[in-house]
Amino acid sequence: MPAIEPEAIVGSRITNQSLSRWLHSLPGVDKVGLEARVASLSTRSIKTTSKAWGLDMAIKMMDLTTLEGADTKERVRSLCLKAITPDPMDLSTPQPAAICVYGDMVVHAKEALGKNKIYVAAVATAFPSGRASLQVKLADTKDAVKAGADEIDMVIDRGAFLSGNYLEVYKQIVAVKEVCQRKDGNHAHLKVILETGELETYDNIRRASYLAMLAGADFIKTSTGKVSVNATLPITMLMLQAVKDWYDTTKIQIGVKPAGGIRTAKDALKYLVVVKETAGDKWLTPKYFRFGASSLLNDVLMQRQKLTTGNYSGRDYVSVD
Amino acid sequence: MRLEIKKTYKLFIGGKFPRSESGRIYKVNNHKGDFLANVAKASRKDVRDSVVVARSAQSGWAGASAYNRGQVLYRIAEMLEGRREQFVAEIRELTGKSEKQANQEVDNAIDSWVWHAGWTDKIESVAGNMNPVAGPFFNISTNQPTGVVAAFAPQDSALVGLVNTIAPAIVSGNSVIVVTSESLPLAAVTLAEVLETSDLPGGVVNILTGNAKELGSWLASHMDVNAIDLEGISNAAELEMLAAETLKRVIRPGTYSRSAAKGALQHILDFMEIKTVWHPKGN
Amino acid sequence: MFDYAPAPESRDLVKFQDSYGHFIGGKFTKPSNTYGTINPATEETLAQISHGTAKDVDAAVKAARNAYEKTWSKLDGATRGKYLYRIARIIQERSRELAVAETLNNGKPIKETRDADIPLAASWFFYYAGWADKLDYAGLGPNPMAHGVAAQVVPWNFPLMMLAWKIAPALAAGNTVVLKPAETTPLSALLFAEICQQAELPDGVVNIVTGFGDTGAELFDHSDINKVAFTGSTNVGKIIAKQIAGTNKKATLELGGKAANIVFEDAALDQAVEGIVNGIFFNQGHVCCAGSRLLVQESVQDVLIKKLKARMENIRLGDPMDKNTDIGAINSKAQLTKIDRLVKQGVKEGGQSWAPTCAMPKNGFWYAPTIITGVAPTNTVAREEIFGPVLSVMTFRTPAEAVAKANNSQYGLSAGVWTEKGSRILKMADQLNAGVVWANTYNQFDPASPFGGFKESGYGREGGRHGLLSYLKGSH
Repeated sequence: MPAIEPEAIVGSRITNQSLSRWLHSLPGVDKVGLEARVASLSTRSIKTTSKAWGLDMAIKMMDLTTLEGADTKERVRSLCLKAITPDPMDLSTPQPAAICVYGDMVVHAKEALGKNKIYVAAVATAFPSGRASLQVKLADTKDAVKAGADEIDMVIDRGAFLSGNYLEVYKQIVAVKEVCQRKDGNHAHLKVILETGELETYDNIRRASYLAMLAGADFIKTSTGKVSVNATLPITMLMLQAVKDWYDTTKIQIGVKPAGGIRTAKDALKYLVVVKETAGDKWLTPKYFRFGASSLLNDVLMQRQKLTTGNYSGRDYVSVD
Repeated sequence: MRLEIKKTYKLFIGGKFPRSESGRIYKVNNHKGDFLANVAKASRKDVRDSVVVARSAQSGWAGASAYNRGQVLYRIAEMLEGRREQFVAEIRELTGKSEKQANQEVDNAIDSWVWHAGWTDKIESVAGNMNPVAGPFFNISTNQPTGVVAAFAPQDSALVGLVNTIAPAIVSGNSVIVVTSESLPLAAVTLAEVLETSDLPGGVVNILTGNAKELGSWLASHMDVNAIDLEGISNAAELEMLAAETLKRVIRPGTYSRSAAKGALQHILDFMEIKTVWHPKGN
Repeated sequence: MFDYAPAPESRDLVKFQDSYGHFIGGKFTKPSNTYGTINPATEETLAQISHGTAKDVDAAVKAARNAYEKTWSKLDGATRGKYLYRIARIIQERSRELAVAETLNNGKPIKETRDADIPLAASWFFYYAGWADKLDYAGLGPNPMAHGVAAQVVPWNFPLMMLAWKIAPALAAGNTVVLKPAETTPLSALLFAEICQQAELPDGVVNIVTGFGDTGAELFDHSDINKVAFTGSTNVGKIIAKQIAGTNKKATLELGGKAANIVFEDAALDQAVEGIVNGIFFNQGHVCCAGSRLLVQESVQDVLIKKLKARMENIRLGDPMDKNTDIGAINSKAQLTKIDRLVKQGVKEGGQSWAPTCAMPKNGFWYAPTIITGVAPTNTVAREEIFGPVLSVMTFRTPAEAVAKANNSQYGLSAGVWTEKGSRILKMADQLNAGVVWANTYNQFDPASPFGGFKESGYGREGGRHGLLSYLKGSH
């Protein structure tokens, strides 16, 4: 994968001024047009074999998430076991991509997952608000990386972004990326949460996407799940368009992760359609597209059972998690 | 005894008073049949020249503010009022009307200009629409002038019929080429003098005297004319067929009265195009 | 990979009769002088249709006149409105059936008949139903009057929707109608005749005569019609305008177009691409207001065309009955031949044509979505209406040049403008000579919104209050 050359992309030394100029030169987004396109794609009819493929892929793309103040070792262990065997009645069911937890739970997740090829993602940088000093954010990140987190889900400083201090946002991402490095030369994959619900406008979301990609994000992620507007299809489509355009110009492929509010298999399939018809097949893989979700898994499992048995399933035929 | 200076009755094209390109004239008699004046007899080339200047004047006139167009039309009424005596005299001479009747016709002509002047900045208010469409869109329908209008003024009217033919065409920002009554053209030429001195940009109104039937087919078939008013033409059906070749907007004879002190909004709107603009509403 | 499995809508939702007569005076006549109507996607014959003669037309006009004088003009507006509401509701109830019928007979994707044609047809009746008892507020003063008998001829590109655009305002204003559907797409109009029966619409208020161009000519020629409404080609529009010259027949003509879709460098490019695609590939480009001339500012030409091509790779052409099909069949062999000829002409005159790779079904009439770049205003494909999924691409440098090129057409039906600068939108909207200007959107239709053209795109409006006026006159 080619390395990012931020100065070449921006066309000058990185300053707040140059970032501002660059971000504001991006094409605008028309809300109504974007949402109309999503509405049109949402009418795609996904049946039989493509539905089966989509349901399995949705599970494989899942970051099974628990992010509660009340999380405990047992709670995390239970979720990990669910990830290892999502549907004990059907062992052909694929496993989710990752378990997503708070930093202090990483060690428990690692232990519970053992040798299973399920990643552990940790939210970091004073998640969800991001309101802490950079030192605290970095310490938070280092802690999770040290505990074995394969992926770090950081939040951007929305306050800085909304006040036009793009350089601050950029610098923080760059700094977090640095501490994602491990001694063995690998690095924890960095997902940058834009908290799109707080950025509010699509223009802001496109700019924040570009800023995160420029700073070295491996993934751009919509939301923390902790504000009133979380992942939506139009926001996800916009971010997919951004990574597609980024790839077309830099040859660097960035992933997208919608998180929060995706609860049904039907919704998940709509997201896959949007992935396919916006970014393309290259993104139809857990390497480049993830769902941040908790209750979604069970609905997908029930739909999967329906496809296998022909009968509608019930909530007592999938496990609570 | 002083010898009277007689007026030469010429065409009005592009704000100037040329003779007919053809050099032709025709005799106009008074109502008793006595010779009154030699009047320019417009030719097809005068038609051609008129359309060119009308086209080039139109966008500027349409682009003037409605307030400004209203003031110009009101100014025409003022100037007409100032030359009332001359119009009364010409009408009487041509038609044999009584002084009272002639004054009434001039009154109506003046008042019609005033009536039309007041419309310029109100057409949109009553004939435009905000349309409540079922989607996140701003949607508005406005009226804009159709472009170049060719018109045949009624044959039986010296002044008010002509005014009620010109005013509804130009009030919204069209330019017009009008062929006057063949036998009653003198007041038309005097009206041209009024127009020339009333801040109306040259080319917005072009007045041709002569034989309507001779000029009609050239106007009806002219591809740079957008609309045609067939009021004063004898072979209207024939011209409507020619106009169909470029789908001109057509006003058939007898559609609107031309003698009153006011016109009809629909007459004005017949020379306008409805344009509907959509725009999304979103952040 | 994630290939969409076939998702066909059920063919059994509609049952056609073997043959149809005309619908005159509330009853179907005995089929006669029949010809086959086909599914252009398969070339299968769907039903036998009667080719209307002067005698049929006369019977229909007589029925309409009789209904006008004895029934319809005597009803109060509120009651007329209630009939229209009934019709709107029945169209909604039977929408799946109508969508399937339309797709089978027209070749357009079920996605479009289901989401556009049929819902819009219902909304048109619903909208004009509400006008029927409010004519005093239409803008013509108190007690405006209907014209009488309206003769209406509609095209094949939106058969039922065009029927609704014609019949709904006509009936609301108090006219009765004789309507002729296009020869290739008569079936939804004949189903509509059944709907009139279900709604218990008084006999003769709506009459449907099927047939070809000669049937339409007989209709417009009939001495006892008062109003002419036609949607179709500019050439036929001119013939009609000549045909009614010197009569008292009023006309509304919705004719051809060659719309410019203008993209400025500051446009929201991704949505502009969607607008371009929607503008020219909606309904296989069989749309009079299609954005068939793309005018792109030189500075963004490369990136825009690249994005457009990438987007076009995702267009799914194929079985119109499949719910995931974006582009269906061309409506007729004749139309396909015309499209093919014009594209070849465009290439011959120096354009470069490009289309994504898509598999064509074996039977039926198909044309891949195509763009022709490097087109100059003088080229045939920049001037003639192609009426197919073909986009001609031209460039401009300044707003003034964009306006000059956009307006350089005998047509003036519609235009598109894409820019994020508000004041430029308003200026462009002022300057473009088009009856509909879509700014930062394209191909939006609504019963409340007037539609119709400048210049050789015709005259009169359909939709909204202005559309109602086409069927009314002031009382003197």
